[in-house]
Amino acid sequence: MLNLETAAAPHRLRRVAIEPVSRVEGHGKVTILLDQENRVHQVRLHIVEFRGFEIFIEGRPYWEVPVAVQRLCGICPVSHLLAATKAMDGIAGFGPLTPTAEKLRRLLHYGQIVQSHALHFFYLASPDLLLGFEDDVARRNIVGVAAAFPELAKQGVLTRKFGQEVIRHIAGKRIHGTGIIPGGVNKALSVEDRDTMRAGVDQIVDWASEAVGLAARLHDTSPDFYTSFGEARANMMALVDARGAPDFYHGGLRARDADGGPIFDHVDTASYQGLLQEDVKPWTYMKFPHIRALGADKGWYRVGPLARMQVGDFLPTPLAEAERQKFLAVGGGKPLHGALMTHWARMVEMLHAAELARELLDDPDIVGTDLMADKGPRRPEAIGVIEAPRGTLFHHYRVGENDLVTYCNLIVSTTNNNQAMNESIRAVASQFLSGREVTEGLLNHIEVAIRAYDPCLSCATHALGEMPLEVSLVDADGALVSTLRKG
Amino acid sequence: MDNEFTIDEQPVPFKPGQTILEAAKAAGIYIPHLCFQADFKRHGGCKMCTVLVNGRTQTACTHKAAVGQEVDVNTPELDAMRRSLVQMLFVEGNHFCPGCEKSGACQLQALGYEYEMMSPHFVELYPSRGVDASHPDVLIDFNRCILCELCVRASRDVDGKEVFAVAGRGLDAHLIINSPTGKLVDSAFAVTDRAAEVCPVGAILKKGVGFATAIGDRPYDRESISAEAESCEIPEVR
Repeated sequence: MLNLETAAAPHRLRRVAIEPVSRVEGHGKVTILLDQENRVHQVRLHIVEFRGFEIFIEGRPYWEVPVAVQRLCGICPVSHLLAATKAMDGIAGFGPLTPTAEKLRRLLHYGQIVQSHALHFFYLASPDLLLGFEDDVARRNIVGVAAAFPELAKQGVLTRKFGQEVIRHIAGKRIHGTGIIPGGVNKALSVEDRDTMRAGVDQIVDWASEAVGLAARLHDTSPDFYTSFGEARANMMALVDARGAPDFYHGGLRARDADGGPIFDHVDTASYQGLLQEDVKPWTYMKFPHIRALGADKGWYRVGPLARMQVGDFLPTPLAEAERQKFLAVGGGKPLHGALMTHWARMVEMLHAAELARELLDDPDIVGTDLMADKGPRRPEAIGVIEAPRGTLFHHYRVGENDLVTYCNLIVSTTNNNQAMNESIRAVASQFLSGREVTEGLLNHIEVAIRAYDPCLSCATHALGEMPLEVSLVDADGALVSTLRKG
Repeated sequence: MDNEFTIDEQPVPFKPGQTILEAAKAAGIYIPHLCFQADFKRHGGCKMCTVLVNGRTQTACTHKAAVGQEVDVNTPELDAMRRSLVQMLFVEGNHFCPGCEKSGACQLQALGYEYEMMSPHFVELYPSRGVDASHPDVLIDFNRCILCELCVRASRDVDGKEVFAVAGRGLDAHLIINSPTGKLVDSAFAVTDRAAEVCPVGAILKKGVGFATAIGDRPYDRESISAEAESCEIPEVR
């Protein structure tokens, strides 16, 4: 860890703020404290909006929760719909899903990963990667990319559209649908809709392969820069299936350390609270989770594409696994921790999700009509965990006998990455900003590191009532006059 | 024809004793309403069915049709008033359609679409109301009650139980439950009651149903609320 979280004498330093951080979901800001020689003394990513879903979901009926909580987000609401419904499957007492129901849920999820990853890579990240970190800010956006690389932009838009259409066919709407309900799904997939998706998926697999190639070529233009930019050596965590392959929908928790060594494996997600601990800090609404056994300083970890590609043993689809091997070869047997490497990993995942979707569209079960599981005894508490596009997502609920939620805890992907994001921007600030005159282009380097994590800041703000708040009164010379502290 | 009046200058037959709303329904003409149900006592509470009868405002669900009446239903002024009524109903309660399982089947939401409500317009009151989840089969979310009194009339006039009533006045008006504890579980209410079926919004809900109906299959996904009149029978007098 770089010791840049809290400066020793902040009142004597000059403050530079990036507010808001752009081309990310939600609202955040970065503050940097510099001395007279522009040396960096403190860097923080703050989440400045507040959501509080964990509180206002209390007192609501459990069957309403999956649809309500997906309003956390407009980019990957399906993640919250699925994680919450997985928990409510247990709360309502449903047994194992029918094959059709599980496959429809998986297809929905794979469609979401395609659309979310395409959105991030083409719309949010590619302006930096293709046009340059310090390109004219007026051009550094998706419109600028479309002007310079029209065919690529078209592929990005249409790939995302395919993922959105998969979501619409299953959930009823491209954003905030309702197709997934406790016990199964509420509608069978028609043969006509299946055929429409099947007709388009080969093209998406091809375009996803090209996108992986593009990410690899971008790396090859400056390998050392790509592998070291925003490097934060972190533990890594993801869901894996029984074979050890990353599984977007279901599995056990596996964590590896920064060198790839095992920390834990195939841990039941129901025991996550024994495994992980969340801390709060007074300067952000986002919590800081870490592996409890390792402590806060050594236990922080990374989730999402970069972690999944290195925590899992293999990808069970051929094209994606071949690309994953090329990606891993860059590290020469050692894990990769550079922030920009996430883009390459993300595109491998997009290809993997497209291949998985194609497999399901060829599976006769996908148009089956047995949609609901058998119901058994109710349970008062349940935990639903999935791998959202940005990483591991936890939904934990307790429900009273009257069917109303009494407790809700969410650990969203971006929260899991909180410390890792902060470490990456501190690395970038140290390497590129320190001692130099600050320019817009240099500040964009900070944002590039944040964007690599594809953070969803609106999803990640839940520390209601737990944040220790501190207000300091400082006179014109920077001397502390008084301090009020709560919590 | 003797028993005839006009709606928006079109002749409409009626049977003696019929209200304007009943005659309009029979003729396949839509007049909006929230608190009307054909087999319940007329209420005239929601005012959505307000029309002009010979130039004067009347509620079509309570005003008897009469020979030679000239009734205006669809005018820009009346539509604007109906939109305002819907907006006021929205801001008086806590109606969050995105998370409500009645979405797509809710008459209040459907009227919002029908009258092109693009915003609440009025200041949201955000009242502090609760949920009664005490009954094993039915949940009452008071946040969404629009005080149409359909459940009151269903329980009293059809079920013969008098489970529901409205207490208080003005902004303090609220639905109450006739039981020693005030909770539904301690009342005579049963899930098979007519009162369990009549709520036009998401206030009285059968438990565990949630979002079982897919988007696209919900009543107002298929057709707008004003299309309901098209299936009405033509009255005998015609």
